[in-house]
Amino acid sequence: MADKVLMKGNEAIAEAAIIAGCRHYFGYPITPQTEIAAYMAKRMPKIGGCFLQAESEIAAINMVYGVASTGHRVMTSSSSPGVSLKGEGLSYLAGADLPSLIVNVQRGGPGLGGIQPSQSDYFQATKGGAHGDFHMIVLAPSSVQEMADLTVKGFELADKYRMTSMILADGTMGQMMEPVSLDYEIAEAPAKPWATTGTNMEREHNIVNSLFLAPEKLEEVNFERYERYKVIEETEAMYEEYMMDDAEICVTAFGIAARVAKNAINEARKQGIKVGLIRPITLWPFPVAPYKKAADKVKEVISVELSMGQMIEDVRLATECKVPVTLCNRAGGMIPSPEQVLEAIVKANGGAK
Amino acid sequence: MATTQFLFAGFGGQGILFSGKFLAYKGLMENKQVSWLPSYGPEMRGGTASCSVIISDTPVGSPIVSKPDVLVAMNLPSLDKYEDSVVPGGTIYVDSTLIERKVKRSDVTVHYINATGLANENSMPTLANMIIVGKILGEMNEFSEEGIKAALGKVISARHADMLDFNLKALNIGKDN
Repeated sequence: MADKVLMKGNEAIAEAAIIAGCRHYFGYPITPQTEIAAYMAKRMPKIGGCFLQAESEIAAINMVYGVASTGHRVMTSSSSPGVSLKGEGLSYLAGADLPSLIVNVQRGGPGLGGIQPSQSDYFQATKGGAHGDFHMIVLAPSSVQEMADLTVKGFELADKYRMTSMILADGTMGQMMEPVSLDYEIAEAPAKPWATTGTNMEREHNIVNSLFLAPEKLEEVNFERYERYKVIEETEAMYEEYMMDDAEICVTAFGIAARVAKNAINEARKQGIKVGLIRPITLWPFPVAPYKKAADKVKEVISVELSMGQMIEDVRLATECKVPVTLCNRAGGMIPSPEQVLEAIVKANGGAK
Repeated sequence: MATTQFLFAGFGGQGILFSGKFLAYKGLMENKQVSWLPSYGPEMRGGTASCSVIISDTPVGSPIVSKPDVLVAMNLPSLDKYEDSVVPGGTIYVDSTLIERKVKRSDVTVHYINATGLANENSMPTLANMIIVGKILGEMNEFSEEGIKAALGKVISARHADMLDFNLKALNIGKDN
């Protein structure tokens, strides 16, 4: 096994992407994800890759479209306002069925907002992110190790399903350092017979495009795409359960919120409260199964979020409203404290004894 | 040491982030679970900088230190801001060259270290941070030469290898203070 090193979450994403075979990075600086671009700027020229600081986020995402069309692994990264700028490109990538990796190290919003950590782009990430019927695979790391692991996984899923994978992190995940082991066996990327690699006068032209003026045809490609989405929903959902076996109260959270929630759960367990955690690792596809199971045995689900309550809607759908789902949150760049989460757990348990 | 939560705070330029990183690496070298989280807000650009470090025998939960077991205050605004957050029974390390007032709390252990003064006297003006870290390691019985050297090797780039001995000396000054 490779030695463990301390890395920032942002750096771990960048190095993992390189290990996964990504040789093209396009981006535009924005706090709190700039270390990704800085790392790529340092490393890419040394390994024959391409680092390019684009003139804007919009330019960067369209460069991603270009490289993705040729079948190479490619990525861009940004933070909330910058990801909004990339929206048009995300829709075009989906419309052309192109694989790519997008990183959003979220900060508080809306608007220019602030630079402190947030999870308030959940809706944007999981419900499409721009115009038209489409989804991205959304991966939510909760440690620096997962920042790296899910980057590799993100490229693999993107290639497998010909779509965009998004790493949905936050400022804390990007800035913190933890031990990380970058010991991967990278499978060869699948063949991409659709890529625009030059015909050598030996085959028909490949055309990468998202324009379908005949509605019958456009409907057909949408139907086909959603057949693929159905397979993903059935097979690719990932989650972690923590102390859920005997839980009477279920806390649910992703990313940094899940780390805070675990502290609170450990404390509540010391007080004899039977509480556990469901942590979605994929936010799309949303892992419905553990919630279905929990809905039949817990008396309340508490959704801990760094937003005004966005994932909570998917939790309500997944539990089919069989149990009350309440929100425990901070917003605008603030992070719930373990004490705040503990208070919510104690309240759900019937108040202080 | 089951879990120790450290909060380092001071001016930008005092090596707040560096000393936290050193401590985290030392933990890693000794097979502990560690996390390091810097402040990255506008305040660190010319103002105060802080970083949270957690060293634990068990997996680290939240990396955010809001109630430190150990506070290192290297300027007055940091002591003012974080003094009340230290857990009862915790420890505060104060750079007494730069902070003239005493700690008000009576339920914590306080060490006043003339760190910036000692650093200047020993011609290592940028290493007041490591003098305090040396003191911490000494007080916690964690001053293992091997772990320290391994960690210094990780946080000091090859380009600055000449700084390794200075850092070691600073740590020793702190320990013997």
